[in-house]
Amino acid sequence: MTMMIRKTALTAISAFAILTGMAFAETKEQHIEDVAFAHEGPFGKFDQNQLQRGLQIYTEVCSACHGLKFVPIRSLADEGGPHLPEDQVRAYATAFPINDEDSNRQLYDVEKGEFRTVSPTDNFPAHNLAAAPDLSLMAKARAGFHGPYGSGINQLFKGTGGPEYIAALLNGYEDPPACAPEDTEGYYNVAFPNGGVPDECKDEAGHSTVPGTWIAMAPPLSDDQVTFADGHEATVHHMSEDVSSFLMWTAEPKMMARKEAGFTAVLFLSVLSVLLYLTNKRLWAGVKGRKKDV
Amino acid sequence: MAGIPHDHYEPKTGGQTWLYSRLPIVGLLYDTLTLPTPKNLNWMWIWGIVLTFCLALQIVTGIVLAMHYTPHVDRAFASVEHITRNVNGGYMLRYLHANGASLFFIAVYLHIFRGLFYGSYKAPREVTWIIGMLIYLAMMATAFMGYVLPWGQMSFWGATVITGLFGAIPGIGESLQTWLLGGPSVDNATLNRFFSLHYLLPFVIAGLVAVHIWAFHTTGNNNPTGVEVRRTSKEEAQKDTLPFWPYFVMKDLFALCVIVAIFFAIVGFMPNYLGHPDNYLEANPLSTPAHIVPEWYFLPFYAILRAFTADVWVVQIASFVSFGIIDAKFFGVLAMFGAIAVMAMVPWLDTSSVRSGRYRPMFKWWFALLCIDFVVLTWCGAMPAEEPYATISLIASAYWFAYFLVILPLLGVIEKPLSPPATIEDDFKAHYAALNPAE
Repeated sequence: MTMMIRKTALTAISAFAILTGMAFAETKEQHIEDVAFAHEGPFGKFDQNQLQRGLQIYTEVCSACHGLKFVPIRSLADEGGPHLPEDQVRAYATAFPINDEDSNRQLYDVEKGEFRTVSPTDNFPAHNLAAAPDLSLMAKARAGFHGPYGSGINQLFKGTGGPEYIAALLNGYEDPPACAPEDTEGYYNVAFPNGGVPDECKDEAGHSTVPGTWIAMAPPLSDDQVTFADGHEATVHHMSEDVSSFLMWTAEPKMMARKEAGFTAVLFLSVLSVLLYLTNKRLWAGVKGRKKDV
Repeated sequence: MAGIPHDHYEPKTGGQTWLYSRLPIVGLLYDTLTLPTPKNLNWMWIWGIVLTFCLALQIVTGIVLAMHYTPHVDRAFASVEHITRNVNGGYMLRYLHANGASLFFIAVYLHIFRGLFYGSYKAPREVTWIIGMLIYLAMMATAFMGYVLPWGQMSFWGATVITGLFGAIPGIGESLQTWLLGGPSVDNATLNRFFSLHYLLPFVIAGLVAVHIWAFHTTGNNNPTGVEVRRTSKEEAQKDTLPFWPYFVMKDLFALCVIVAIFFAIVGFMPNYLGHPDNYLEANPLSTPAHIVPEWYFLPFYAILRAFTADVWVVQIASFVSFGIIDAKFFGVLAMFGAIAVMAMVPWLDTSSVRSGRYRPMFKWWFALLCIDFVVLTWCGAMPAEEPYATISLIASAYWFAYFLVILPLLGVIEKPLSPPATIEDDFKAHYAALNPAE
């Protein structure tokens, strides 16, 4: 029912915007499919199983190139996150080599002729590949549709849309359009807004004639690439949603605690508001009397 | 002091007299809390308390955030992540502070527009108005420098664009910009001084707020009728007023509580809605974001800044008569600061003899248009600098100046205002029938 009201309201607002804004040229925006993530809305919670699957996908696929430098490994045990048992988190942390001679030349003490003692990493390692940005905050650094007409109404109802963007990107690989030459560098992706477009796919004014752009990342996911312990289906579609949800957690690890705090505060303040309203009404009753019908 | 006549504090016991003759602080608190306040104040008179709350909230959360924040270009972004991930309750502190700025500006805009409608700026309250405008300017400076501190992409590029405005001043501009930044571009020196000033300015604001309150406690509050409280005797004054405590304290607290409940809903459920996604990318001097947009509360003035491009005839005339010293960029800067300056000058631009907009039939419509104009400017500021937004910005900017410089001075002459009630008591009685007819 609420969905229906929302949809009706949105339709009405959009219709209004279209009628009043008929003359405006909408700037081109990539279409981002909305996903009903479990963590959305005031009462939305992260799906713990989904976060664990997402962690597995990140570990087996994404971590080859992308880092998570702001995320402490210990937080994998946190409530409101993947909530892994402590021994599993320890086992996970040991998988990161800390004294591997080839990749840690800077730790070699030339004078003593030995490696310096190092402690295990607290955070997930950072990767420094130029074209592979750190993913810790990616789900908050990207957004979905901000319209209609820059009003922000869509984001008000559907959320900022960062995880949706990531899922859309992972699903957005398509065969390159006919206009593109064979040797175009990169991979054609319909959800990626910031990549290059070959000159052959531009009109005289230099505007792109194709919906997507070319991204440096090869399609990272393929069906059944990951085998989930819970037997969950590992299609690209499912995996992209799982890893997007996981990246929303890495970006906002205290989301559930924050929503709880918000809920408690709103509840408490609402009760206090009612009490203050009654106090104020009583206080003024002697001065105002009854309100005249004006 | 030519205030509204009312009872003052009288020390009773020996101890009270001892303190009173040395420091009359109890007397000051008493006089502040018992201040006679027009009894017909409506719900638009609650923003003062909301603003006071915001200032306290920002100072308290800000002090704790500063304990965990590192003002260094290599560490600033990571330290903000450290606050949200590792500091106890840090995720709430950080979002309360970031969204607190938005609440602060919503409240200040409503407070300013309340003043504009009810003529609160008119004699004898010009000093209160001017101090208020100074507070608003200090707020903008504080908010701008605070937004730089997380050292995200918008922090960095916003700082670059806004400090670039000073570079547009002919002659001294470039040196001034370098002096402000502490170097040729936004860098560690900039971040450090912005942190220092962001910590300092709120206390300047607190001082200005004290003077703002002092000023209107001297003149008394304005009220929806714009009619002054009768001051011939204490008895007459009491017919128009009620003491601040408990009547307005309770009313204000109720309103504040409702607003803070909504505020906590935003902080708890959608804390990033008003922010920009690009600020979750660490500042990178080598990569410019596609659209550099300031925070929403700067958008109206940002739209005015961008509206005056080189192809606008006013700009071309200004450039011609100044022998090219005033170019489009400098004109934009002048327009932006001018937009606030004309608002500050409104006590001397409004020529009407009637204070409250309630009794000004023509003014009402022009004022409503000004409110719409403000919303349109906010929207234009968020849109890319291209057609049709450029033309809309220009029209909306023109109206902003026309309202203050042409419409308000003329209305005072043309308009035939209605007659306001003779006293505040009459207005109050017209709305409420007191329980006790002897009252």
